[in-house]
Amino acid sequence: MLEKALTGDSKYWGWIGFLLLLIAVGFGAYLRQFNEGLTLTGLSRDVSWGFYIAQLTYLVGVAASGVMLVMPYYLHDHKAFGKITILGEFMAVGAITMCLLFVLVDLGQPMRMMNMIIFPTPNSVLFWDMVVLNTYMFLNIIIGWTVLQNERKGIHYQKWVKVLIYLSIPFAVSIHTVTAFLYAGLPGRHFWLTAIMAPRFLAGAFCAGPAILLLIVFFLRRFTSFDAGDKAIKSLAVIITYAMILNVFFLLLELFTAFYSQVPGHMHALIYLFAGLHGGHALVPVMWASVILAVIVLILLIPPKFRNNYNLLIPALIMLVLSTWLEKGVALVVAGFIPNPLEHVNEYAPTLNELVISVGVYAVGALIVTVLYKIAIGVKAEVGDAAH
Amino acid sequence: MKSDRRHFLKAAGVATIGVAAGATAAEANLLDSAKELLLGPKGAAPYPEAKKNARWAMVVDTRKLTAESMEKMIHACNHAHNIPLHPLRKKGDKYNKDEIKWIWEEEFENAFPGQMNEHLPPKVTQNEVLVLCNQCENPACVRVCPTKATFQRDDGIVIMDFHRCIGCRFCMAACPYGSRSFNFKDPRIASLEINPEFPTRMKGVVEKCNFCAEQLDKGLQPHCVEACENGELVFGDMNDPESEIRKVLRNNYTIRRKPEVGTQPQVYYIV
Ligand code: SF4
Ligand code: SF4
Ligand code: SF4
Repeated sequence: MLEKALTGDSKYWGWIGFLLLLIAVGFGAYLRQFNEGLTLTGLSRDVSWGFYIAQLTYLVGVAASGVMLVMPYYLHDHKAFGKITILGEFMAVGAITMCLLFVLVDLGQPMRMMNMIIFPTPNSVLFWDMVVLNTYMFLNIIIGWTVLQNERKGIHYQKWVKVLIYLSIPFAVSIHTVTAFLYAGLPGRHFWLTAIMAPRFLAGAFCAGPAILLLIVFFLRRFTSFDAGDKAIKSLAVIITYAMILNVFFLLLELFTAFYSQVPGHMHALIYLFAGLHGGHALVPVMWASVILAVIVLILLIPPKFRNNYNLLIPALIMLVLSTWLEKGVALVVAGFIPNPLEHVNEYAPTLNELVISVGVYAVGALIVTVLYKIAIGVKAEVGDAAH
Repeated sequence: MKSDRRHFLKAAGVATIGVAAGATAAEANLLDSAKELLLGPKGAAPYPEAKKNARWAMVVDTRKLTAESMEKMIHACNHAHNIPLHPLRKKGDKYNKDEIKWIWEEEFENAFPGQMNEHLPPKVTQNEVLVLCNQCENPACVRVCPTKATFQRDDGIVIMDFHRCIGCRFCMAACPYGSRSFNFKDPRIASLEINPEFPTRMKGVVEKCNFCAEQLDKGLQPHCVEACENGELVFGDMNDPESEIRKVLRNNYTIRRKPEVGTQPQVYYIV
């Protein structure tokens, strides 16, 4: 099926070329970092994780989009999702690849990466994160590819594929849970030390991932022969709405616990985020932008009249992606380090080199998703399943 | 049940040490004088015996700390462990993002957040105190490390294998005391006179105070303790009821940094 990715019009090749260019530039920036060390980033002794790890966190969420289609389709026989589950599975492949790359570019000694496997350490959450991320990625590659191949041959998927599909559901939940445990199990980091970290991750994931997927669906509908169908779009929008409500609700719970209890440690990071602390204000605009966008998104998504109007749904989805990204892909990780354990406020901002590397990683993900989608849509067009 | 068993094990451990100490006392005395001859008298006496079943801990007597004495101890550590002095990344930076520190000075309120009562004696709150890795009995950094590059020895010391560390910095997020530093750049390029007895590190790995394991293995006290002139730091074996540190702990009220996070710090402070 790979040959499907090798034929395309000039727009397709232009896009591929553009992504390859971004990857090359990002790789160049990475070589600099590889030679000189992470001093080229904005990270410091106090804020020791930043943009890279925050992207990992966000993209683990994006990888979830698959399961929000797989579950209704395979468990509840929601036929409308039949055509787009493959998109979710392939997006998960791209997202997890990016996650793993973001871990890699964050390592101080990337050449020793294999030490995690040579000296497996089950008491480390990072070890488990690596295990579940890799397993989830392989599950999605195998499932997506076999189902597509069978579709092409016109046969129903085999039993073992079904087993893998069922297996992928708990694994999708586990990648978020385990990633949340990276943060939620650390003593002395009050901002992260919360039992609802995992539910927050799941809620964020189940709205942001499907929102990105839905935006892609709209894009494909407009520019290719692939149409997911109104029914699928509308059901997915409902799922996104519920997840976003939960996401906002969970944030309010954090605010209540911190400010009603008045425990200083629990309030500090939140004060830093919303109002600034000891002269540090860098994330205040980020946090408020996220909150304001979230409110607008809810207003646009909850009433069915608005939600079913694609002219409102599309901007709402874009704002949702932005809002959740600002919160999980920027603020959540950085604010855990501010103030530091000695209550000093030392801030963080990514450097240009760091951002260029990150863009390069995103370009790798986009390339993988593009190629896989090209194949999927090609196959669907061949068997006449593209238009509805 | 569980705590009974623990006490029993501890008591058994202490008994063993007692016997071992008696048997080797004579040799130890010899060793002692030999060391004195070779190394010259130091501020603090070396150990009478190199202990096998020890549990090392430190007491910081903040009443005795002065700006000069702290500087001496910090310098002793920096020098012995080849700690690089990196310049600011760019002019006007509020703090040094590349900084490596194993032991340093902090205000009382920063070392002990949440324990800053109103109207405390000025000599407590206005003087700086020394902070270092607490060599926790239940260390969060060891728990999170994905490669066992940070591990705990039988004598309680939390120590690192610089050649195994992948530089994921999970341990830095986990340490509730900000005790760990990361080599953002090559530590060997920063101008310093290298102490050939201690390994230099490479960029991309984490490091921290190791309680001078290299000294203890030779039967010597940590460098910072050796640099004391007035007994500002007391170092010793918690498993030995007769050790000086146990005496100091018996006779003074001590506090520890953030006891509520459950790491069981082994650095105690007299305030
Ligand atoms: S103070 Fe921090 S680095 Fe030292 S042992 Fe405790 S947790 Fe680990
Ligand atoms: S940075 Fe090194 S010591 Fe720290 S957790 Fe990672 S591998 Fe372990
Ligand atoms: S015990 Fe050793 S390593 Fe730790 S601060 Fe003192 S001199 Fe430095």
